[in-house]
Amino acid sequence: MIDIIRSEWTKIRSVRSTVWTLAITALLMVGLGALLSGSAASSAEGPIDPVSATRISLNGIMLASMATATLGVLVISSEYRTGGIRTTLMAVPRRLKLLAGKIIVFTAVALAVSMAASLASFLIGQAILDGAALGDPGTVRAVTGTGLYLTACGLFGLALGALIRHTPGAIVSAVALILVLPPLTNGLPGRWGQVVRDHFTSNAGMELPFPSDANQLGPWSGFGVYLAWIAVVLVVAAVLMRRRDA
Amino acid sequence: MTSIRATNLTKRYGRTAAVADLSFAVEPGRVTGFLGPNGAGKSTTMRMLLGLDRPSDGSALVDGKPYQEWKHPLRKVGALLDAKAVHGGRSARNHLLAIAQSNAIPARRVEEVLETVGLREVARRRIGGFSLGMSQRLGIAAALLGDPETVIFDEPVNGLDPDGILWIRTFMRGLAAEGRAVFVSSHLMSEMAQTADHLVVIGKGRLIADTSVREFIGRSSQGYVRVRSPRLPEVAELVRVGELHPDHLRVTAMTPLEIGTLAARAGLPLEELTFVQPSLEAAYMELTKDSLEFSA
Ligand SMILES: Nc1ncnc2c1ncn2[C@@H]1O[C@H](COP(=O)(O)OP(=O)(O)OP(=O)(O)O)[C@@H](O)[C@H]1O
Ligand SMILES: [Mg+2]
Repeated sequence: MIDIIRSEWTKIRSVRSTVWTLAITALLMVGLGALLSGSAASSAEGPIDPVSATRISLNGIMLASMATATLGVLVISSEYRTGGIRTTLMAVPRRLKLLAGKIIVFTAVALAVSMAASLASFLIGQAILDGAALGDPGTVRAVTGTGLYLTACGLFGLALGALIRHTPGAIVSAVALILVLPPLTNGLPGRWGQVVRDHFTSNAGMELPFPSDANQLGPWSGFGVYLAWIAVVLVVAAVLMRRRDA
Repeated sequence: MTSIRATNLTKRYGRTAAVADLSFAVEPGRVTGFLGPNGAGKSTTMRMLLGLDRPSDGSALVDGKPYQEWKHPLRKVGALLDAKAVHGGRSARNHLLAIAQSNAIPARRVEEVLETVGLREVARRRIGGFSLGMSQRLGIAAALLGDPETVIFDEPVNGLDPDGILWIRTFMRGLAAEGRAVFVSSHLMSEMAQTADHLVVIGKGRLIADTSVREFIGRSSQGYVRVRSPRLPEVAELVRVGELHPDHLRVTAMTPLEIGTLAARAGLPLEELTFVQPSLEAAYMELTKDSLEFSA
């Protein structure tokens, strides 16, 4: 397994799209965080409470999640696009091992960058806003939760990439599942509507960094539900990957 | 010592069988040419040998085991299927390094194969900008990384200039001379005649011939005797088994001596009496003409 991890690490670090998507992730987090903090600071009447201040400085999370999801998609779909997947599978014919290797390397890379970007945007945002400190209740969870959420979105992308094997298709699905569909569930009526809304992908996942009163899941169970979505797609992708011709 | 063995290998796409009940073996120390017209199923067979496509039926074994069951398959088999199927954004060196690492092949080996195929100078360049010839060399370098006993090349000379073709041909002969099994596909008989020792010929996914090159030429010799004479109709009458063309007679069932003797007895003058050896290409066309997917 260590051989596969080494190989995947060489692959992920040696293409420009990795550097680009990771740079964009960091830039969106830090840039949007600073921008929104700046405008909040200038328009605020009085002091901003720690929870809102934290949230403002981490507001790049929505767009940054699209960057990590894109990188996740590309980790697999770019191999199918170029046909390089055949070279890869000739070297590592055990497909589940290959998938596991990709997941491990991607998770490590995405987690490191997401955590760093989240912490940086918090610190820069608070330098501007002066509203929250890491010692305030819930702040550490919001910052690490943002890093974890961004990483999870990347894994969602990777799972969709493995399932769909086609870059645009997988990216569109990721955008739909993470950004577009979740708010649409707000319109669902009744008790079951509420259950669906609470559990729907990023509605659940965003509970970790930014728990909402409207959602009945807690931060960690919300994130657990989000991971379950990702796991389901990954399992389907893994089963198909074993069965399909390359 | 058989390195690759296909047994009743079959691949169906929907209702049509791209490869049907194909059995053959590839032996070390020689170049085995895998020959068939376009669409015959060569690439599909190779993908099944390499564990990329799942056979609908039958089996493909590498040294007695399915390809997927080897822990470090690249140390057993090196293959080049499609030279352009690589991520263009990587350098040649990183491309090879990633492949080497996956099979626990030391990084030093990357430099060796780059040297072997003559790409050391461009090792740091993005492979997206490589010419077809360079890509082909890169693919061969990747195939050689694990110092494998068996190599598989799918139409390696397609699209190459004469220099490139000669290089690859010499290279494959060299690999076989080192005792490796070389399995190489082509749709051109003329190409294979100069490279291969042994032939596996398929058409429409089925085995047509599994034979040495020499035997193939001999067996399919639709050779004939060409006879010309100022009194051709009379000669034709005399020979009876010939096929009369406007300016000559074509005889397949008799030797020149038999025809000459007959003519001499009857006192007929002969202008020409030649045994015409078929070209390899003609023999191959003859053999596969029934299995062409699209006939002109
Ligand atoms: N994935 C696929 N789905 C459906 N049909 C396929 C698929 N792959 C190959 N075929 C069909 O199987 C047949 C054999 O194709 P294959 O590519 O193996 O032939 P080939 O001998 O390599 O031909 P060529 O000399 O043109 O490379 C063709 O009729 C092809 O259309
Ligand atoms: Mg082919």
